[in-house]
Amino acid sequence: MTSLLTYTFKNLPSTSKWALRFSMLTSSTSQTKSKKTLAKPNIRNIVVVDGVRIPFLLSGTSYKDLMPHDLARAALSGLLHRTSVPKDAVDYIIFGTVIQEVKTSNVAREAALGAGFSDKTPAHTVTMACISSNQAMTTAVGLIASGQCDVVVAGGVELMSDVPIRHSRKMRKMMLDLNKAKTLAQRLSVISKFRLNFLSPELPAVTEFSTSETMGHSADRLAAAFAISREEQDEYALRSHSLAKRAQDEGLLSDIVPFKVPGKDTVTQDNGIRPSSLDQMAKLKPAFIKPYGTVTAANSSFLTDGASAVLIMAEEKALAMGYKPKAYLRDFMYVSQDPKDQLLLGPTYATPKVLEKAGLTMNDIDAFEFHEAFSGQILANLKAMDSDWFAQNYMGRKAKVGSPPLEKFNNWGGSLSLGHPFGATGCRLVMAAANRLRKEGGQYGLVAACAAGGQLHVLIMEIMENTKSM
Amino acid sequence: MNLTGLTSEVLAGLSYICRSFTRSSVLLTIKRIITVIHTPNPKITTFNIQSRFNKQFMCISLRQVNTLSQELHSEFMEVMNEVWSSSQIRSAVLISTKPGCFIAGADLNMLNACTTSQEVTQISQEAQKMFEKLEKSTKPVVAAINGSCLGGGLELAISCQYRIATKDKKTVLGSPEVLLGILPGAGATQRLPKMVGIPAAFDMMLTGRGIRADRAKKMGLVDQLVEPLGPGVKPPEERTIEYLEEVAITFAKGLADKKITPKRDKGLVEKLTSYALSIPFVRQQIYKKVEEKVQKQTKGLYPAPLKIIDVVKTGIEQGSNAGYLSESQRFGELAMTKESKALMGLYRGQTQCKKNKFGAPQKEVKQLAVLGAGLMGAGIAQVSVDKGLQTILKDTTLPALGRGQQQVFKGLNDKVKKKTLTSFERDTMFSNLIGQLDYRGFEEADMVIEAVFEDLNLKHRVLKEVEAVIPDHCVFASNTSALPIGEIATVSKRPEKVIGMHYFSPVDKMQLLEIITTEKTSKDTTASAVDVGLRQGKVIIVVKDGPGFYTTRCLTPMMSEVIRILQEGVGPKKLDSLTTSFGFPVGAATLVDEVGVDVAKHVAENLSKDFGERFAGGSLEMLRQMISKGFLGRKSGKGFYIYQEGVKNKNLNSDMDSILASLKMPSQPDVSSDEDIQYRLVTRFVNEAVLCLQEGILATPTEGDIGAVFGLGFPPCLGGPFHFVDLYGAQKIVDRLRKYEAAYGKQFTPCQLLVDHANNPNKKFYQ
Repeated sequence: MTSLLTYTFKNLPSTSKWALRFSMLTSSTSQTKSKKTLAKPNIRNIVVVDGVRIPFLLSGTSYKDLMPHDLARAALSGLLHRTSVPKDAVDYIIFGTVIQEVKTSNVAREAALGAGFSDKTPAHTVTMACISSNQAMTTAVGLIASGQCDVVVAGGVELMSDVPIRHSRKMRKMMLDLNKAKTLAQRLSVISKFRLNFLSPELPAVTEFSTSETMGHSADRLAAAFAISREEQDEYALRSHSLAKRAQDEGLLSDIVPFKVPGKDTVTQDNGIRPSSLDQMAKLKPAFIKPYGTVTAANSSFLTDGASAVLIMAEEKALAMGYKPKAYLRDFMYVSQDPKDQLLLGPTYATPKVLEKAGLTMNDIDAFEFHEAFSGQILANLKAMDSDWFAQNYMGRKAKVGSPPLEKFNNWGGSLSLGHPFGATGCRLVMAAANRLRKEGGQYGLVAACAAGGQLHVLIMEIMENTKSM
Repeated sequence: MNLTGLTSEVLAGLSYICRSFTRSSVLLTIKRIITVIHTPNPKITTFNIQSRFNKQFMCISLRQVNTLSQELHSEFMEVMNEVWSSSQIRSAVLISTKPGCFIAGADLNMLNACTTSQEVTQISQEAQKMFEKLEKSTKPVVAAINGSCLGGGLELAISCQYRIATKDKKTVLGSPEVLLGILPGAGATQRLPKMVGIPAAFDMMLTGRGIRADRAKKMGLVDQLVEPLGPGVKPPEERTIEYLEEVAITFAKGLADKKITPKRDKGLVEKLTSYALSIPFVRQQIYKKVEEKVQKQTKGLYPAPLKIIDVVKTGIEQGSNAGYLSESQRFGELAMTKESKALMGLYRGQTQCKKNKFGAPQKEVKQLAVLGAGLMGAGIAQVSVDKGLQTILKDTTLPALGRGQQQVFKGLNDKVKKKTLTSFERDTMFSNLIGQLDYRGFEEADMVIEAVFEDLNLKHRVLKEVEAVIPDHCVFASNTSALPIGEIATVSKRPEKVIGMHYFSPVDKMQLLEIITTEKTSKDTTASAVDVGLRQGKVIIVVKDGPGFYTTRCLTPMMSEVIRILQEGVGPKKLDSLTTSFGFPVGAATLVDEVGVDVAKHVAENLSKDFGERFAGGSLEMLRQMISKGFLGRKSGKGFYIYQEGVKNKNLNSDMDSILASLKMPSQPDVSSDEDIQYRLVTRFVNEAVLCLQEGILATPTEGDIGAVFGLGFPPCLGGPFHFVDLYGAQKIVDRLRKYEAAYGKQFTPCQLLVDHANNPNKKFYQ
């Protein structure tokens, strides 16, 4: 693993476009697929027409004075502009988010109204930790597949620059009691119960509720369980940043729509992409397991503000409206496992399962887009997928399925470098896979993302010949 | 606390050292190269130390060893000399590859083999010397601790320069020697106070309590924590130990390179405390306070705690040379005491009673049902659901069921308050409990434990109802303290599946479970009941069916004597103090109040029918009158004492005076001294216990001792009735019984087995 990563990394600066183009050519032409298409008779084909995201920014930067629905609205406006979909053609809107702003608990509705969608278009908000927008998209797939809707907008938003910090439970109780107190005497008696410690605030939980462990801590243990060194993790993070930087420089991140922030300059690109050097990264102290852990700020995804949205339609509807959709959304599944020791191991369990469901093999996939929560987590999953012992003892398989080849893996960067606004990452992954398939050439893409609670979403996408020309 | 464990196996089986000093591989690789060197004389070495050497660093692994013995000492010294003499080695890591165990203590057999205190003192001094050498090592040694690090294991660890422990529930550090009637004899009395402060050191050594890794870190007992790992490309336990070793190696190197210092930053409170303790006057006050507390709690019956205080004091006030000397001498003395032998015997017995000698049941119980949500039923449910056992709790009315459910919740929630459970764990455990009023789901039950009121007709009705709904394989267990299981089983269609499971109140606190088998009970039913009991965390004795089984039967004649003594004019307070000063945790009069006067009367009436005159003594009229006045004991607020919520010191119930006066009997002066009163109580108990063994109710003396100590509070310092006979002397006990027999008759006639032991001094219950 180490050597492979080092190799990829070391070759990056010199080879750049060349190597990339070359690998694209080989992947698209040389393989024959296990299945010509994943289309199923009597089941509606569902397509993602197009998708956008506003630039993902480090928390506390240009978006810091905004509210979540502002970001969501910007993504929705961008989608309207990009696709020119008639506002009243949209049947339904779904957004995913993790940390809810209490003023806009149904952020989908507030953002849609603000973006000028018809007030006759209903909207709801879903939450499923880091796969919230995945849930939004698959909910859309469900609505379309069951014939309830033809056109659905799905998206996600997260604003980590501002989080709801609450009064303590005791303080809240006192304030509510005070509200009910009718007479001055009653009020005084309520107030007399006040203690100074009532004022200590309550922060949104950063730990897994069931285990009281932070995700970074769990990731560090996961990396240790798979004996993944600090160097390997730093190398992988550097790969992510380097690939993202190149994708940015080459203008490959075409799902980005500029966002004019009120009172500030127009934001046009992600600001978390910072290819550093291994020496610099080695200087950082461990962020979670101190003083000897291996997960650091440099090899973890960072707190991010951002929003994304995709337009999902029934294929016949899209074609009738004159669209050339980007990709089909095919088989998908959610899996979950032990939130303590296998919190972030979902991709290992889900990838073989969804491939089997679709009737494909690992080789059939041309583009892998995995959510990179932590370098150590990605590497642990790759190692687990490549381990017979793990397959036999934990997955009930006779042998390993193998891990995705790195040359097809997150080629335009990932959450480590592009950023990870919890609720918005799923749509980014889907668009990255679609755009890569179209750019690099290829038919099948596989998107996987793990989430708090030990849950995971995995989805196979397909590009068809008739849409490739676009 | 596994102090004996594998020692014998180790002594017998392993006759070579697995060792490698693979110098040649020094610079090449981190791969493990292990060569096995057979020693020329296989008898000399019995232990298995594996040491690996690479890059200026030695890793010493203890393999399959869990106790410290003399053999291990010498093995270890050999390896350490290698470390110290080699110019290439700069640091070392000490780790055990045995999962769940660093070193669980000294080898008890080693101590038992000694016949004089001098021998024991010498063992202690050898260990002291070795650990002192280790402590003064110029090359840092890191102890990497995963699992139990107890007694001698802790003493070894605290002699190292640095300690790293896994933050696992199994990782427990402690000095449990006091529980065995001895003291830490390898330097802990001298090192612990310096390391964690005098108060914390006293707490550890005087209570013997185990300390979890995270608390040990806060106390300064360990320097770093390592998180246990989940699955990777090998089993989690294996990888966790490997990871612990990797982390320990980085620290060993860091210490050798002086990049890490073993010193710890102390907090303000800690600094202030240690300043205060530098003042001699403050120290004296602490010694005094601790001594007073120990005196009060042990009533002078346990010599070890006082000696521990004495040894710690000597070390601090007179310097460590005097301290070490005192430690080794007191250690030797304590190891020879009766108390220590009794406590060690109990420890061994407890270990035995934590095993299922009936083998694994054919079908593991997955779904349990408990009938009756009273104090016992809810308690049984609580100790089941918190071990992950799906449990139905059934009662007949919603308020009764609700009370039981609340009891379970409170029991779990108290653990959350003590931070031994998280609220999430509590919730998932509580979800294992299904409360209901009907028999729904009983068709899936693997075992039903009934804990309904002690009434044979009711038990019969319940048994028939339950048998109508349960599957064929389901075990029916009756929780009763006195009703013979055979009689309950008479209405059963499948008596081979009927068994008794006698729990003790409060179920979540009392460790004992008495399992009662009838002649018809099948072996698999017994195996199943023992299995469930063990999963509930119980110490288990299995006895034959008979009136009062074992525990109730032993207690009843003693209770009869209690009443007689009260009738003879000894007040409840005086009686309580006589019994507690003999070593009973609860005074005899208080015990009647706790058990419940009605229950006591019920049992006494039933058993005196069966056993006749032997169970006579006091007049049951006393209990009857108490019941008629509503003095049922603690549960009704009044018994011999008055019980009030929130009032700690209980007062005598003055309304009892008239009852006591009306039933007053003349006392017999020659058998009524304080000592005689104590022995009248305890000899009746012991005689009945031995009779139970004689009659085959008990299978082993061990179970008799464990049942008496853990179920009835028989003085632990005496080790249970059978240890007591062995240590005190059967002849002396028979003499006492004869004396009381002369005064009171048949109630004190010694049983045949006891007489046999008295006639033959070589006959012992424990060889």
